[in-house]
Amino acid sequence: MDTLLLLLPQVLFDGLLLGFVYAMIALGYTMVYGVLELINFAHSEIFMIGSVVGIEVFRSLTGYVPNPYILLVVAVILGGLISGLTAVGVERLAYRPLRKRGTKNRLVPLITAFGVSFVLQDLVKLLEGLWHNEFFLSMKNVGELEQSVTLFGIFIQYKSFILIGVSLVMLGALTWLVGRTRLGLAIRSVAQDPSTAGLMGIDPEKIISRTFLIGGALGGVAGVLFALQYTTVSPYVGFLPGIKAFTAAVLGGIGNIPGAVVGGLVLGEIETLAGTFLPVLTGGAFGTEYKDVLAFLILILLLLFRPQGLLGQIVKEKV
Amino acid sequence: MNRFVGAVPATARLAVTVLLLAAMGGFLALGWGAAAVLAAYATLFVLAAFPPDPRWKLAALAVLTLEATLGLASKIGGDLLFIALVGVLVLLLRLPKVAVWLKVLLGAAVLLLGIPIAGFANTFLFELGIQIGIYSAMALGLNVVVGMAGLLDMGYAAFFAIGAYTWAIFGSSQVQHFLTTWVPLNGNFVYLFMGLAILATAATGILIGLPALRLRGDYLAIVTLGLGEVVRILANNLDHPLNLTNGPQGITGITKPPIEGFQALLAALGIPRSASTDYQLFFYLLVLVIIGFIVLVNVNLARSKFGRAWVAIREDEIAAKAMGIPMVKTKLLAFATGAAFSGAMGVLFAAQRGFVSPETFTLTASITILGMVVLGGMGSVPGVILGAAALTILNLDLLKGFSEVLNTMRQDGTVLLGFPMSQLPSQVDPAKYERLVFGIILILMMIFRPEGLIPERRGSREEEA
Repeated sequence: MDTLLLLLPQVLFDGLLLGFVYAMIALGYTMVYGVLELINFAHSEIFMIGSVVGIEVFRSLTGYVPNPYILLVVAVILGGLISGLTAVGVERLAYRPLRKRGTKNRLVPLITAFGVSFVLQDLVKLLEGLWHNEFFLSMKNVGELEQSVTLFGIFIQYKSFILIGVSLVMLGALTWLVGRTRLGLAIRSVAQDPSTAGLMGIDPEKIISRTFLIGGALGGVAGVLFALQYTTVSPYVGFLPGIKAFTAAVLGGIGNIPGAVVGGLVLGEIETLAGTFLPVLTGGAFGTEYKDVLAFLILILLLLFRPQGLLGQIVKEKV
Repeated sequence: MNRFVGAVPATARLAVTVLLLAAMGGFLALGWGAAAVLAAYATLFVLAAFPPDPRWKLAALAVLTLEATLGLASKIGGDLLFIALVGVLVLLLRLPKVAVWLKVLLGAAVLLLGIPIAGFANTFLFELGIQIGIYSAMALGLNVVVGMAGLLDMGYAAFFAIGAYTWAIFGSSQVQHFLTTWVPLNGNFVYLFMGLAILATAATGILIGLPALRLRGDYLAIVTLGLGEVVRILANNLDHPLNLTNGPQGITGITKPPIEGFQALLAALGIPRSASTDYQLFFYLLVLVIIGFIVLVNVNLARSKFGRAWVAIREDEIAAKAMGIPMVKTKLLAFATGAAFSGAMGVLFAAQRGFVSPETFTLTASITILGMVVLGGMGSVPGVILGAAALTILNLDLLKGFSEVLNTMRQDGTVLLGFPMSQLPSQVDPAKYERLVFGIILILMMIFRPEGLIPERRGSREEEA
């Protein structure tokens, strides 16, 4: 039991790292849900694209640019940009035609979201297959970023600091953008009522597109940081973090931006704690694999007892 | 007058004609039996280019069936003629102004003579027929959930897995890993286990549906997606502490139902027999019977009080609620019904294959079944069967065939458009990109034809009124 307690600070720190990744993905879900009331399931693939871009930058540029910090900046910018633009493209090609038709059936955009998700997975797989003839990619050694310090008995790599730092900056920037800028005001007004927002001189289509760009860029940056921290990536890497980030968004109250962050952090901690302590406490009968089952159980229990999430409010359905 | 042909635009008809003419050219060079194939294509060509009066069309379809069967029996033009047979069935369902008994007669000829004869000539076609049957049955089950009630179930393969594992565990020596004194059950219990699987999967469906169905539909999609993943994780890891599922290796040596009586019947009828085709024919006929039953249930459900309630919920949840339909109860019933179909087919799948492993029950399997329902037409029974046939053929036959063609090109060093095919990376293998194909189908169908290839009748009747 003593060894378990000694492990605790390290486990909590690892949970924090995972939690920030979930939080950043969850923001993309929550923002799109806010403006369109759509679970954009393809968002997990936007995240995956970011992680693949991150690995490709380090793999192909390490020879030319020896400084890992510069590489990291390049990877974060490229990852955010490519993911953001993919999200905008997806919105343009797959979701907008549905809105133009004016289908009231909620099933239609949801099925499209799943379709987009599978197409993106296999497209990345195809591209990687053509390029490297493999699609399970692993990170290059990133030199200085692999170095570590031990603080209060916690083993911390430099890249973990970077993950937390970049996440905090992105979350701060998003809060500022949504709360304090004209674009943020427009996003909030479209989320509240798109047709009235249109009457006030806001182009809802443009705002929806911007929302996808911002959410996608956040997901892409999360992907780059994920690749840096957890080092292996494949076209299917987005699926589980995607479901969990959605769970995190629901946990915090979907449509609620601080809620997504809280939900992500809580879920990251629970999952890491379970992954470490479950095998020990059950004498090895239930292994670490069951940590994925746990996130799902939380989602079910949450829907039973507090469907509006931790920070959300009960919303009456519009007729 | 003629709804099906009328729905095909002139450009599509021209494209079909050109395609068929090209195919005919290819078959001119072949030996005996090729004449039948040639005639079959000619019939198809006439049907596609000059839509005749419905009565003549029935005759043309009958001729086409005969020709396709003859061609298949002499092992020529296999896959395309098989597709033609499936096409005959679909066209039959869309023929107006023709006596029902004529349609039934021709349909029975295709199902009971055409496809078995083709199967004896080429056992792969038997396997294809059985798989189409199993997937059709599952797609019809999902049709109740997605098509009628409008609830998006993304983890449908989970129920399939539960059914398959129920029989796999008790119908093989796997059971002795945790119940040492138990003997594996004999094959007659398959039918009992189909019933048990129906109960087990319906109960699971209610357990999962209860929390998710109280909320808006979108949550159900994610919860079922999670369920699919959980069932796969459980199947993969429940080999310890107690070996229930044998983990990633899967369970082998699953008992098949006994067919002595059936074999005696075959011998009495003088049908050619061999150890493998006996079982294939048996399972093929069994699947047909089950599909017949499921179609009956589907059609009756659609016209029942519950079916109408489901459609009402699908069309407008709030209005349905205002009309006094109990939401959670009605939705749960749809969800559990769909799950039960899948569970029963799981038992049959395990018994037919003799082997199950977690690999079969991935997300891709759930998507495949959803794709069948969406492609064919949500809520439409003939549409869903067409969707199941089309995607099964695409998956098991066409994509694999395409892969083989690419592989031959790789080995022969063919140069395509200036690109040496031997340089093509081995990961570029069409058989492994079924998700891409299904994804594109889902997206395009939602944009251009959300009601599916054969739309549900109910909707069109309302629009006409």
